[in-house]
Amino acid sequence: MTTNGDGSGDLVQIRNLQMHFPVTKGIILQRQVGAVKAVDGVSFNIKQGETLGLVGESGCGKSTTGRAILQLYRPTAGSVIFRGTDLTKLKGEEMRRMRRKVQMIFQDPYASLNPRMTVGDIIGEPIKVHNLRQGKEVRVRVQELLQLVGLNPYFINRYPHEFSGGQRQRIGVARALAVEPEFVVCDEPVSALDVSIQAQIINLLEDLQDRLGLTYLFIAHGLAVVKHISDRVAVMYLGKIVELAEGRELYSQPMHPYTQALLSAVPIPDPKIEKRRKRIILEGDVPSPLNPPSGCHFHTRCPIAIEKCKVEEPPFLDYGNGHFAACWRARESIDLLPGAGATSVAPSATAAPMA
Amino acid sequence: MPPLLEVRNLKVQFKTQDGVVNAVNDTSFQLERGETLGIVGESGSGKSVTALSLMRLIPNPPGKIAAGSITFDGENLLDYSEEEMRHVRGNRIAMIFQDPMTSLNPVLTIGRQITESLELHMKLTGREAEARAVELLNMVGISSGERRLNDYPHQFSGGMRQRVMIAMGLSCNPELLIADEPTTALDVTIQAQILELINRLKNETGTAVIIITHDLGVVAGMADRVVVMYAGSIVEEGPTSEIFANPRMPYTIGLLRSIPRLDEQDGRKLTPIRGMPPDLINLPAVCPFSPRCDYFVAGKCDQMVPPLRPVGPDHRAACLFDITLETPIPSQESLTEIAEVA
Repeated sequence: MTTNGDGSGDLVQIRNLQMHFPVTKGIILQRQVGAVKAVDGVSFNIKQGETLGLVGESGCGKSTTGRAILQLYRPTAGSVIFRGTDLTKLKGEEMRRMRRKVQMIFQDPYASLNPRMTVGDIIGEPIKVHNLRQGKEVRVRVQELLQLVGLNPYFINRYPHEFSGGQRQRIGVARALAVEPEFVVCDEPVSALDVSIQAQIINLLEDLQDRLGLTYLFIAHGLAVVKHISDRVAVMYLGKIVELAEGRELYSQPMHPYTQALLSAVPIPDPKIEKRRKRIILEGDVPSPLNPPSGCHFHTRCPIAIEKCKVEEPPFLDYGNGHFAACWRARESIDLLPGAGATSVAPSATAAPMA
Repeated sequence: MPPLLEVRNLKVQFKTQDGVVNAVNDTSFQLERGETLGIVGESGSGKSVTALSLMRLIPNPPGKIAAGSITFDGENLLDYSEEEMRHVRGNRIAMIFQDPMTSLNPVLTIGRQITESLELHMKLTGREAEARAVELLNMVGISSGERRLNDYPHQFSGGMRQRVMIAMGLSCNPELLIADEPTTALDVTIQAQILELINRLKNETGTAVIIITHDLGVVAGMADRVVVMYAGSIVEEGPTSEIFANPRMPYTIGLLRSIPRLDEQDGRKLTPIRGMPPDLINLPAVCPFSPRCDYFVAGKCDQMVPPLRPVGPDHRAACLFDITLETPIPSQESLTEIAEVA
């Protein structure tokens, strides 16, 4: 399959992406007094056919990153290369045609479906807009798609309010897939769903990826969900990616103290493990992206910060095997923090039967 | 010594346009002094309604406690007058809500909101109450409490607001603290802070805690005993270690199999629970989980509501069969369901 042409197998290359939202003062004569640096220079690649997980806490810029990649926000700076084309440079008709290839699944299945349209119209609209089918074939295609996402094709004339949250999310998935995209940004697709329903949607997304060869950017705040679905995982903090690695590597050998704290904070549904675990409890809250701390953005909450961290921003370096981290103490951090990472408790015998 | 709290055959109903919703059906459980009980369930399982009934905070109409008793320290709260109940709320039983943004009054300072209950229940004077409020803020990890007393809720972050809620909850040294999804609205690092805080305060003050959550991980780390609710009924109850190591109700088993875990092995496939929770308006007199159950037996599960029966020491489950984690799932025509709308 053709990719960006450099033989790396990357479908999407994101270079120094920035998304700043201006903060203005005054009513008529608005002048800019600052900027919320929601995304402040992130670079990463997404490989053909993989799932890249993007995790972080609320306000870290993960959703904004997803939207800026799809040009739902026009990035302040940087480039998004998809199959050799820089999406940030596309306009009008070119952009519209490109949107067929890149799609999004939204978090809130209640807000993202128009309540006055039937399911057939919701899923059929992108098909008509992009002229993929004509006349009666549109309906046939919609029914195929409903079947693909595990819904009864007979539902085609129903309205969104007639469905449960999990079913609505399936409709959202069908709409995204209606234009046969190659790359799908999933923005917290299961966060609004009940636990027993989440697994249904996760399995559906995995299954569709296998069948259709999709590439996902999977944005979520739940670390366990991201670990489950992702091949590689990137961790964001205050507009920057602080660590990126293969899923297994990141979860067992986290290098950035923020990743370590995040992992140690996630409760594991096993009382025996919970009793033995040590937690890294971070102090305080995430600082405002309006006025981020100097040097390393994390130094205000970092348990192992040194003087250098307050002054100089750490570079985002490859520490081997494609394990990137932005920390001055990346190599030593895991020894300095007892209880770092989830695997400070090795998968025990008690955990195995549930797996 | 009798238990601190004993709920017997509690039944809560809500009248709606579509019919009567049976939010809680015939629920019984108890809580010892100093114990932490976890109530787990999905949305609509009746866990929050149970908590609100303990405080007699069910809005009436449309809701009403239709039957049962709630015995707290030997007295039935359902017999109390509204006036007597007011002496219990916030004083002997306190509650922390899910959303710290909407459960604080935005036009009153934090100080006023904490001192209000101190003046009402503890009969402290204004100055004494303020001093105590500063102490409480320090206890929950908010530094420079004197200054922050005059701040309004919008000047606090989500995690800080939840700390204020906890300070308010503990202000009158309650015998029972009910925490309804206390960390659901918070980020995971803040969640860890709040859970650790509740654990620490529990050990210091000896308060009994009921923690309500949909997160099995939270329960695993916090609770001594767990109650699993489904469709308004308790379907399993037992010591935390037992519930996780040896769950006996197919719903609990299904939940444990369907959640991704941080410590799971690669390539594990999640086993979702098919279908969705039942409509609480016309609940037929069958096992409420039977339409979604992998172990469903026609002619048995669709004949009666299985009673909670002992399945081990201090461990009860509402299933007619002895199903464990090892019981193989009977093969079925197709597990990829075409979900049906009721």
